[in-house]
Amino acid sequence: MKKPIVLLALLLVAAVLSACGGGGTGGSGQEGPFRVAVVMPSAINDLAFSQSMYDALLKVQNEMGKDNFEIAYSDNLFVVEDAASAIRDYASKGYDLIIAHGSQYGASLQEIAPDFPETSFAWGTAGDTMGLPNVFAYEALSQEGGYVNGVMAAALSKTNTLGVVGPIEVGDAKLYVDGFTAGAKATKPDIQVNVNYIGSFSDVALASEAAQTHAKAGADALTGTAQMVVGAIGVAEENSIPWFGTQSNQSSLAPTVVVASQVYDWTVLLDQMIDLIKKGTYGGTAYAITLKNEGLLIEFNDAYNLPAEVKALGEEAIKGIKDGSIKVNVSQ
Amino acid sequence: MLEDLFSATVLIGILTSGIRLATPYIYAAIGETFGQRSGVLNLGVEGIMLMGAFSGFYAVYRTENVWLGLLFAIIVGGLMGLATAFISVTLQAEQGISGIGVYLFGLGMSDLLFQKLITQVETVSGFPEVAIPLLSNIPVIGDIFFNHNILVYGAYVLAFLAWFFFKKTTVGMSIIAVGENPAAADTLGVSVSVVRYFTVTLGGVLSGIAGASLSIALLNVFQQNLTNGIGFIAVALVYFGGWRPLWVLAGSLLFSMVNSLQIWVQVMDIPISPDVAVMLPYILTIIVLVLSAGRVRAPSALTKPYERSG
Repeated sequence: MKKPIVLLALLLVAAVLSACGGGGTGGSGQEGPFRVAVVMPSAINDLAFSQSMYDALLKVQNEMGKDNFEIAYSDNLFVVEDAASAIRDYASKGYDLIIAHGSQYGASLQEIAPDFPETSFAWGTAGDTMGLPNVFAYEALSQEGGYVNGVMAAALSKTNTLGVVGPIEVGDAKLYVDGFTAGAKATKPDIQVNVNYIGSFSDVALASEAAQTHAKAGADALTGTAQMVVGAIGVAEENSIPWFGTQSNQSSLAPTVVVASQVYDWTVLLDQMIDLIKKGTYGGTAYAITLKNEGLLIEFNDAYNLPAEVKALGEEAIKGIKDGSIKVNVSQ
Repeated sequence: MLEDLFSATVLIGILTSGIRLATPYIYAAIGETFGQRSGVLNLGVEGIMLMGAFSGFYAVYRTENVWLGLLFAIIVGGLMGLATAFISVTLQAEQGISGIGVYLFGLGMSDLLFQKLITQVETVSGFPEVAIPLLSNIPVIGDIFFNHNILVYGAYVLAFLAWFFFKKTTVGMSIIAVGENPAAADTLGVSVSVVRYFTVTLGGVLSGIAGASLSIALLNVFQQNLTNGIGFIAVALVYFGGWRPLWVLAGSLLFSMVNSLQIWVQVMDIPISPDVAVMLPYILTIIVLVLSAGRVRAPSALTKPYERSG
């Protein structure tokens, strides 16, 4: 190697730039404002999982006032080791609540949380707190909105075929997909629901090709979950196939085809956690957002001309799930 | 279930998807072939693709002119290629490591620009599909080959041009000479640096187009890390194809066809676990790489910086 210094400099610049995607509003360290830090696997503007948490934090900030609520974030931390060091950094800097927004961060949290007993951590999506007194867990019962979307998709379908683009068969993605299938089958028992897990949360090209394939196989309503579905939504738009969204409101991406989106609104849980932390309880509770507690919302796209009777079916399903008359049975 | 897979719709579907999916791989891998043939390994393809994808997307997002988008991707890809050439030819940096630097730069920079200039995932209308008159009317064949956007056609034309270039032109042969024996080429009056600057910059241009083929032709969106490893697979495909453009093309097609096959396998409800299905293209790539090892020899001067002695 001829010029090690140049090379080193180049690598440094690259490393700094690749870390620059994130950022955030730094904390001042004074007494007073409630300081939250969140570590996320994808971008805060992914129109999906990470954005749902970031949007919720902004909402809480709006409620509490900018001076009373500080947000710091690190996004795109798909590599668990990087996320773990970010979590530890935030903990050392004395943040009041550190949110590890990804099931894959659980093992790291199990190591870090005991070192900072006075700091509260939240971990999701996950169903339990790993027995740690300063960890909250949170999850989304995404099968509920999946069911509602499935009911409406089946009602809209004329070819009796639906297409689903999923990432990897785990977590809330699996719950959503299974809920969607259950809802569709409850509406039309003989409907064909083609499910495709592309094996990645980030492969936009493959998600797009999967959607093309569903269209060719006769699907006339599509859905999908995780941040790579933007590729699939593009295909839905091009072919004028109705699309059902989840995690964030995806109407802006394709106003002509997005029928409705199940939106994750973590605000309900955040409010409760913050209350507890202020009273000196740092964890121990597992939360879930549901249609009933309005952490899950079905947001219709007004620009899409949805037949009134289909919308009514959707609303009926929401009501049924809320009052318990419809049970969405899926396995984790 | 299994017999459903052999219906005409499905077979046409698999082949059409495969042709389309192969596009970014072909541009990137042919571009990489140029560099490697002259003795420069560029592992930064993925980063250059990301910059090309972003700049092309941004230009279309602002101007709604797809050609301007393509031009932008070409310029930015070319500049990144030029920078790579400067690092590996002039500064003679270790190519394997500096390439990773270029990749990380592209990954971070494209994301940073995206966050600052666009902020939200947006769509644009990219290159439309162009049915080629007459040819697209041929049953089956027309659907598979002649109903794509212009960048898809361009990729296949490029592969044949590259083949012709290496086989029949003096410049092409000079490139091969520089990659095999730079000292000998040098004595014959071929400037090793000029040739390598040319091939690596051209590789950058083609990587830029590869990125743009995703962001403004096939997907029409930009998202952080849009290319998701395509650039690295492209480098593998160059080895796979034994540094010969038509074999690189064949490798890209094979990889993409298996990928589209696995999508159809899942959609047709064939009882294979999705985890296994998505592994198929990668397993196949590894098997072919192993089988082809030793079949063809890499350019002798690959990854070796050239310094005139005496």
